[in-house]
Amino acid sequence: MAEHLLDVRNLSVEFYTASGVVKAVRNISYHLDRGETLAILGESGSGKSVSSAAIMNLIDMPPGRITSGEIFLDGEDLLTMRPDERREVNGKRIAMIFQDPLSHLNPVYTVGWQIREAMTTHGLPKDAADAQAIRLLGRVGIPDPQAAMDKYPHQFSGGQRQRVMIAMALALRPDLLIADEPTTALDVTVQADVLALLKELQREIGMGVLIITHDLGVVAEIADRVVVMEKGALVESGTVREVYKNPKHPYTRRLIAAAPGKGVMHEGETQGEVLLSVRDVCKNYGAFQALKGVSFDLMAGQTLAIVGESGSGKSTLARVLLRLDEPDSGQAIWKGRDLFQLSPREIYRLRRDLQMVFQDPTQSLNPRMTVFQLVSEAWVIHPDILPRAKWRERVAELLQQVGLSPDHMRRYPHQFSGGQRQRIAIARALALEPRLIICDEAVSALDVSVQAQVIELLDKLRRQTGISFIFIAHDLPVVRDFADQVMVMQKGRIVELGGVRQIFEAPREPYTQALLAASLDPDPDVQAAHRARRA
Amino acid sequence: MLSFIRKRSVASLISLVGLIVMVFFLSRMTGDPASLFLPVEASAEMKQQFRELHGLNDPLLVQFGRYVGDVVTGDLGESYRKARPALDVVTEAFTWTLWLALITMSLVTSAAIVVGSLAAFRSGGFFDRIASMLSLIGASVPDFWLAIVAIVLFSVNLAWLPTSGTGSVLHWILPIGVLFVRPFGIIVQVVRGSMISALSSAYVKTARAKGVRSGPIIFIHALRNAMLPVITVIGDQAASLLNGAVVVETIFGFPGVGKLMIDSILQRDFNVVLAAILVTALAIFLMNLLIDLCYALLDPRIRH
Repeated sequence: MAEHLLDVRNLSVEFYTASGVVKAVRNISYHLDRGETLAILGESGSGKSVSSAAIMNLIDMPPGRITSGEIFLDGEDLLTMRPDERREVNGKRIAMIFQDPLSHLNPVYTVGWQIREAMTTHGLPKDAADAQAIRLLGRVGIPDPQAAMDKYPHQFSGGQRQRVMIAMALALRPDLLIADEPTTALDVTVQADVLALLKELQREIGMGVLIITHDLGVVAEIADRVVVMEKGALVESGTVREVYKNPKHPYTRRLIAAAPGKGVMHEGETQGEVLLSVRDVCKNYGAFQALKGVSFDLMAGQTLAIVGESGSGKSTLARVLLRLDEPDSGQAIWKGRDLFQLSPREIYRLRRDLQMVFQDPTQSLNPRMTVFQLVSEAWVIHPDILPRAKWRERVAELLQQVGLSPDHMRRYPHQFSGGQRQRIAIARALALEPRLIICDEAVSALDVSVQAQVIELLDKLRRQTGISFIFIAHDLPVVRDFADQVMVMQKGRIVELGGVRQIFEAPREPYTQALLAASLDPDPDVQAAHRARRA
Repeated sequence: MLSFIRKRSVASLISLVGLIVMVFFLSRMTGDPASLFLPVEASAEMKQQFRELHGLNDPLLVQFGRYVGDVVTGDLGESYRKARPALDVVTEAFTWTLWLALITMSLVTSAAIVVGSLAAFRSGGFFDRIASMLSLIGASVPDFWLAIVAIVLFSVNLAWLPTSGTGSVLHWILPIGVLFVRPFGIIVQVVRGSMISALSSAYVKTARAKGVRSGPIIFIHALRNAMLPVITVIGDQAASLLNGAVVVETIFGFPGVGKLMIDSILQRDFNVVLAAILVTALAIFLMNLLIDLCYALLDPRIRH
């Protein structure tokens, strides 16, 4: 039997933490050949990144420990190598790129210096490394590579930084590239370009690619085979098509079912009472125009999704509507009054009707307050809503409404998972019985399966209570099953505004079409057809 | 970069002007300058004479204008005790202090960076625990006690080093050694904390994935990022030495600016006191400018 390029056998990794031993990876085996792309698919806590960190020798020991297994690279066990031999492997034979290129590039050195170092560390002379670095920057599509050498990471855009990381990783033409969520932090259109570049470079160099992701779409786009991990164990493996069309393990089935963008779309009715009417809102930060005249109407009991990439102004719009930031001009008529003209005292009363849910529930919930305190705090501030005697009863009711149990009242935020924390944040927003909740990327930080549940919950609340939502997201499929109206934004302007069916089935504007084309479908056949059309 | 330097210099200059104004008005607010400047036993006629001689009967603003003119031309008055220009007396003493501070801080900085970095690299290990304990002791030992113990041990009992004064290299060892301890303890702690977070950062992970050796990871990748908070503390510590290590200079009879200030206050040589305040303030402003420059040199994000 021929040797595989990478052969991981019975690998187990444990972490010693204050609350006991965590078995992050349990007895997993997989292999990868040259020229092949293997995806490790899993949600947070599945151990997918730990197994790749073990290959790269990046696990801190202690607290981590590899308790069993072998990792063969071309037949040599990486785990039993001498430290100096092991270090020579990194960068030269195995290279790695990461999720967040800004924090993974050293902020105080030029990118030229950092790419050059990848080569000089392994013995290349400085001049040769310099020439090679310039060539690489050009190859990954950085404009003016010569000048880019002397720039620092903060002077590039997110997509360019990931290209720089790729140039650095491929400097010595490694046999194996490990990509840990390489496109998760990028805009959808940029994601498509970066994945295409990776595929191209793979063909050129002939390396094996191990891609770690939570996104079925990324798997469908780039991988040949996939292994699915759940809670440290490998639950399924096979070709991408096989696993998607015929998943055997219940977890894989759940994961595929949870992928957004397959449900029944809302009709997107335009009749009804106008709850909020926004006209010509502009906002500048210095010379930067964040909002250039935004106008829309929101109907009572409807969900308006605002979709756009970074820099589109969607979060600025949310901040302005909540009066967390002051607009430069424009109007927002709410119950016959202009929101932007309200005095601080009136804003305080407005907060009752207008609530918000943020992206990161870990940061937006005070860690030193119990769930009861977090939810009932609104009534401390607005004491006329509910007499104190009824608080406990009402908190229990709200928790049940968002799918938690009344027993959870006494617990603290850190005792919950990310999805549960976001439910607590939603319960808190509901405590004041608002008419409108603005959700700023409220599900982006959540795992796919949890994302689906939270969106379902929001839609249920809307049907039951007649609440309206402004739902801000960067990803189109996420809003498909939930929105009534969709507003696509780009560079501070509305590109297209229409019913959800119209936007998804007959988008008029090229930018909307590009966004839709760039979002990845979890079905490998659909994705292959997309690729064929692009080529 | 140039515009950055210009901006910082202007900001520092404004503070310096503010200080000159404050020094003048404080010396006028604390009472009659004549009784401040003259010996306690001076008679009423002497005071009257002094007021006329120095124009102290003129309106305050006229006096201030004259004072600013004097400061700008470098005329800070005479030292009554030494019968020499006050500025000369101060610069002479300040040169001693400057050397003392410079040598001490260079030693402290290099030692603290190496010890702190290595402690952070294997945090929780044997070296780290020893370094942490010693730095804690160093940061908390009172310098006057240390100075006396050092004199008893090295000068009196072992008779290796002179107790006080200047003249040879040996005279420098005890003052530097004693002044070394506290800043060393403090800076090691800051370096260690800052390095621990730098070493667990994402870019260090990238460097390890590139196969970079431990040495360059610590001293090239992590250290430069970790230095920003450290430089602030180095500046603080250096400033307290430049102000004159009053206690240590006095104990070792070291002719620095700290000792000069104490002596001048006791001898009511007020022009010297004012000159010393201005000179040390100027030095500290220059040093802050230097620290701002270091920030900009270390971190390109500050430059742009």
